[in-house]
Amino acid sequence: MLGKEAFSEIVIGDTAVVRAMLESGVRSVTSYPGSPTPEIADAIRAIPASSRPFRFEFSVNEKVATEVAFGSALNGHLSVVFFKSVGLNVAADSFVQLPLMDIPGGMVVVLGDDPGANSSQNEQDNRHYARMSYMPLFEPASAAEAYSMFKAAAGLASRRRMAVILRLTTHVCHAKERVAFGPYAPAPFDPTPRFDPDSGNYVPLASSVFPLKRRALERLAAIASDPEALATNRLEGRGGSRRGVIVAGAAYLSLMDALEDAGPRPDVLKLGMVHPLPAGQVLEFLASHDEVKVLEELDPVLEPDIKALAYDAGLRTRIIGKRDIDERMGEYVPSKVRDILGSAWPDMFDSPRPSALPAVASPRPPQLCPGCGHRSAFYAIKKALSGDDITVADIGCHTLGSFPPYGMGRVLLSMGHSTATASGLALFNGSRKVVCFIGDSTLFHAGLPGIANAVYNAHELTLVVMENGTTAMTGHQDHPGTGKSFNGDSPRLSVRAALEGLGVANIREVDAYQQAKLIEAMRAATSEPGFKVVIARHPCMLKFTREARRRAGPAWRAKRVRVDQASCTRNLECVGRFGCPSFQVGEGGAISVNADLCIGDGSCRQTCPSGAIVEDLGGER
Amino acid sequence: MSGGFDIYVAGVGGQGIGLLSEALIRAVDYAGYVVKGCDTHGLAQRGGSVSSHIRIGAEAHSPLVSEGRADLVVALERHEAVSAGRAYLREGGTLLWLDSTWQPLAVRLGGARSAEVADVEEAASLRGGRAARVAPVAAVDPRSHNVVVLAEICALGLVPGLRLEHARSALADLLGGAALASSLALLADR
Repeated sequence: MLGKEAFSEIVIGDTAVVRAMLESGVRSVTSYPGSPTPEIADAIRAIPASSRPFRFEFSVNEKVATEVAFGSALNGHLSVVFFKSVGLNVAADSFVQLPLMDIPGGMVVVLGDDPGANSSQNEQDNRHYARMSYMPLFEPASAAEAYSMFKAAAGLASRRRMAVILRLTTHVCHAKERVAFGPYAPAPFDPTPRFDPDSGNYVPLASSVFPLKRRALERLAAIASDPEALATNRLEGRGGSRRGVIVAGAAYLSLMDALEDAGPRPDVLKLGMVHPLPAGQVLEFLASHDEVKVLEELDPVLEPDIKALAYDAGLRTRIIGKRDIDERMGEYVPSKVRDILGSAWPDMFDSPRPSALPAVASPRPPQLCPGCGHRSAFYAIKKALSGDDITVADIGCHTLGSFPPYGMGRVLLSMGHSTATASGLALFNGSRKVVCFIGDSTLFHAGLPGIANAVYNAHELTLVVMENGTTAMTGHQDHPGTGKSFNGDSPRLSVRAALEGLGVANIREVDAYQQAKLIEAMRAATSEPGFKVVIARHPCMLKFTREARRRAGPAWRAKRVRVDQASCTRNLECVGRFGCPSFQVGEGGAISVNADLCIGDGSCRQTCPSGAIVEDLGGER
Repeated sequence: MSGGFDIYVAGVGGQGIGLLSEALIRAVDYAGYVVKGCDTHGLAQRGGSVSSHIRIGAEAHSPLVSEGRADLVVALERHEAVSAGRAYLREGGTLLWLDSTWQPLAVRLGGARSAEVADVEEAASLRGGRAARVAPVAAVDPRSHNVVVLAEICALGLVPGLRLEHARSALADLLGGAALASSLALLADR
């Protein structure tokens, strides 16, 4: 990755972006982990810290990460912040201000949007934010373009002293291909803090907003004809077709696949910079075609602008936008793009496309891992509540508790919402207990204000902090409660101390494996008045087991449980209520333990009313 | 390779299909073909279905294999073999599957039927293709069966132009120490 010569390597888009950071002279990088972007941090970690030419941190949340990157860029250092789609909502309060600022170092905001909601709570289209805040946005289609367009975005950001968006999507972040990288010439680092409050107004208040807004809009207008920015767009086809397609991002590759089956090919205007819309190039393309399909994944963001351009120019081109709601939904995979093209131009394809046969095998949704403390906690908490009580989920591995067989956490908005949503559910409600959940990383991310509010405004509910000592869902990143940052040891922020500092008086702590104690703690907490917190603590066993296995090396001996068939009464408590995936049901309902899955944690043993789950002393591997 | 060649790899989070698909992509690269692909990351890795897409040839644009278009479907589990075969196998394609069983929740709860060998064979035959079963090797760690399957793909010549030597080079890029040695030994057994 640090090679000075040009080279090529098979990488995913997230990794390609890191080489682009090096070549662009980036000095400061911040993030909060969220799919599809944490692999950017993995690639950064793969560069030895001693030879890494930039500083990286996982900040406490996306807003903080954005602010740290902004501050660093104010001092003249090219800075990058990256996070997932919905992370931009968290960052938005500061993010939308960036275009008002003169940012000497320049700043690139790398977004991992998630069309198809592969690992997100929605599939929001963050191009809207670019429009709202007057910020340029580049949209690569592939790993190779993620690399080249990062460099274009960084160049623009540095030249014009501003923030620029690089919008990746899940299957650009994770797409893997051989990428040709350019040479890397490390520049000497000048650490001089160059922030100059007099070089521009940095305090937009009341009427001083207007010159800043004017500058932002003028800058955006200039970028619409910036030759280097426009070089990320390209025209494909010789203009011989009366049909054209305007497309950007990964949908372009799906279009190319679909066109492999097509009759006469339309011309294609492939946009790299989608905001500001390159009006000149678009108008020329419209004027030279009779019919143009605007092929954009998710929302019609380009379509209304393109139609407005054509209207103002008096063009008669037939512009085909979104034809139904389905065209706004889901990822534009090749088959979907083919269907969309076929809907716009029914004569385009001669034969029907291949499709899937009807599914017959049971689907396999994600679930809590064997040994997960959350499973033990949900199993116990469910016993302490009545079916009518209300449980509120938050974001993290423990969100999986909402699925069968637990059904714990039945409403979800966003990171950190649970305490405040539960506070509202508890209003005017003397009959149904309200219990909400939050993980430890999310607690520090966005959970604290809801807790402060619950104390301050005297809300009546029980919060369960599911403390597993890591940011598990996104790949086990550290957080302020773990005593480690990306760069080494750091002061450990205690969850309990944070709660006490916010004024929480009623706190219980239980190991999540101790189900009887947890049931008792939940029964007590939910019957007491006021705002109560139960900390259900157990380390993430996926992380714990991996680390133990790595430490032990060849000496590793896995533990297992087995089901004693003589005492098993086949009441299915382990399978049906506890729900560890290690338990398998065989012929006639016989329960066995899948040795590939079981980690021998034993959290299941207390759930069996006949004591049939026993330690398997023969466990070898 | 004319006409391109698409591979869809399916399994359960934790089975190591990430290494299998990375090794396949690199092996195909060593064999001299243009290749691209894409893996499942994130949420679905938590015991859910996971998949990898591998596309070979210059006429492959998207990293995603389309339904009903995979020349080769590789599955590391019985239920996944049925689902992936029915969704992705092309007419006349090959479904290579490791005969392991990780019951989905609905099967364990009794709400759905467990997949049988005949279901896998039907998934292939409905497409006019063939199913090739790989038996788990008792002496091999379950997490190393991804390499067993890689060896099988090469030995059976299921990917045109791909040979064991390419897989060896790929694994040497990805692994080191004891893990590399034991993986190379699994390849040598074929």
